[in-house]
Amino acid sequence: MSANNDTIGKTITVTVLLCVICSVVVSAAAVLLKPIQVANKELDRKSNILAAANIDYAGQDVIELFDERIKTKIVDLETGKYTDAVNAATYDANKASKDPALSVKLDRSADIASIKRQAKYMPVYLVEKDGQIEKVVLPVHGYGLWSTLYGFLALEGDLNTVVGLGFYAHAETPGLGGEVDNPKWKALWPGKKVYPEGSVEPELGLIKGAVNPSAPGAEHQIDGLAGATLTSNGVTNLVKFWMGKNGYATFLANLKAGEV
Amino acid sequence: MSASKEVLLTPVAKNNPIALQILGVCSALAVTSNLNTALVMTLAVIAVTAFSNLFVSVIRNHIPSNIRIICQMTIIASLVIVVDQILKAYAYDVSKQLSVFVGLIITNCIVMGRAEAFAMQNPPGISFMDGIGNGLGYGAVLMFVGFFRELFGAGSLFGIEILPLVTNGGWYQANGMMLLPPSAFFLIGAFIWILRTWDKSQVEKPEFELAKNTKKEAV
Repeated sequence: MSANNDTIGKTITVTVLLCVICSVVVSAAAVLLKPIQVANKELDRKSNILAAANIDYAGQDVIELFDERIKTKIVDLETGKYTDAVNAATYDANKASKDPALSVKLDRSADIASIKRQAKYMPVYLVEKDGQIEKVVLPVHGYGLWSTLYGFLALEGDLNTVVGLGFYAHAETPGLGGEVDNPKWKALWPGKKVYPEGSVEPELGLIKGAVNPSAPGAEHQIDGLAGATLTSNGVTNLVKFWMGKNGYATFLANLKAGEV
Repeated sequence: MSASKEVLLTPVAKNNPIALQILGVCSALAVTSNLNTALVMTLAVIAVTAFSNLFVSVIRNHIPSNIRIICQMTIIASLVIVVDQILKAYAYDVSKQLSVFVGLIITNCIVMGRAEAFAMQNPPGISFMDGIGNGLGYGAVLMFVGFFRELFGAGSLFGIEILPLVTNGGWYQANGMMLLPPSAFFLIGAFIWILRTWDKSQVEKPEFELAKNTKKEAV
């Protein structure tokens, strides 16, 4: 250790060398590992969609199974029709919702799920059997207590009966709001109906306490999460929003009429 | 060889970075709700402290003392990014749970504390050992806290069910507070208590003696 380390020349030399070496190391790591990371993300997304559609993927090649069973389409939410405006394979709706050209700012009164901006185009995932639609998986998100919950809601071919709801990203309180991941609670969803007979206004939502199966409207009700009123409200709101006219209602109506 | 063994082992119990130096407590609260994340975080911190100590020590005679903190930071930050990238590639699920806390290893006082206090004065080999030792010390507390939080908060260890939960048809009513960060405060407190009962030399001398109360109670 000598004092000449503190000369201006030495200081600049050390700084430049250190920065160059470090940046090379960092960029090398980022570039070399990028393909594996992208594949991981893709695998994660696809297994979540398969799980929401209630397709068992245990022990199988997720990517292969996904390509075989699921068709990805892009829907223009305003017209409720399929669109080719963006590439279905690379489109990222979460990124698009931050891009002013690809999203719309939601009016405060319409924004019941508190998502502020909504992408114009959303991907939908179709499970087909003999040319008929068997299940539709719709991406949904909305604000709970601490965080935005991201998930998939899957419907049967009648476009009303729920197949399942699952969240793949959230940061709700573990043990309370975090119970949205509890398999027992998720098992309450299949068989429930989103819309009442002849209506396009979604009714499905969580109630306080447990559902009485013989009460009128029980097919539109899910047990609330104990101790997590705000998360429960958030889930109700996001279902109502995405199933409503700002969400997929137009698309679902078109799909039912066969006009997509 | 005994010197490097000493450097490696003293931080685990005698001079524990969390329990005695009180460094890196914040991340110990955040990532210990289950053992899986605690273990991965431990490995990540061991890697970062060891290699940052190594590299800082290698160039210690060339670092201008005016900008030494920035130089250490640059090395540490680069290492943390590399670790984060590796986790994202090879342990995607865990890295999703650890989320921002891997990036926050940069601000973990243990890493910089050791670089400044040890690696700046010592040769690379022994600095590397010191880094591993302090990482292990950090990890020991993390695993201790994680063990109790996961066992009593979720009834499992490493995700394997030990106490069947009421919500899954068992008998154990999970303690929800254990899953929240404040519970780690109590557990770290208990850890420090146990450690100081075992090794009395860690107990600080009282800074002042309480004077005896001479006033009579007000009537």
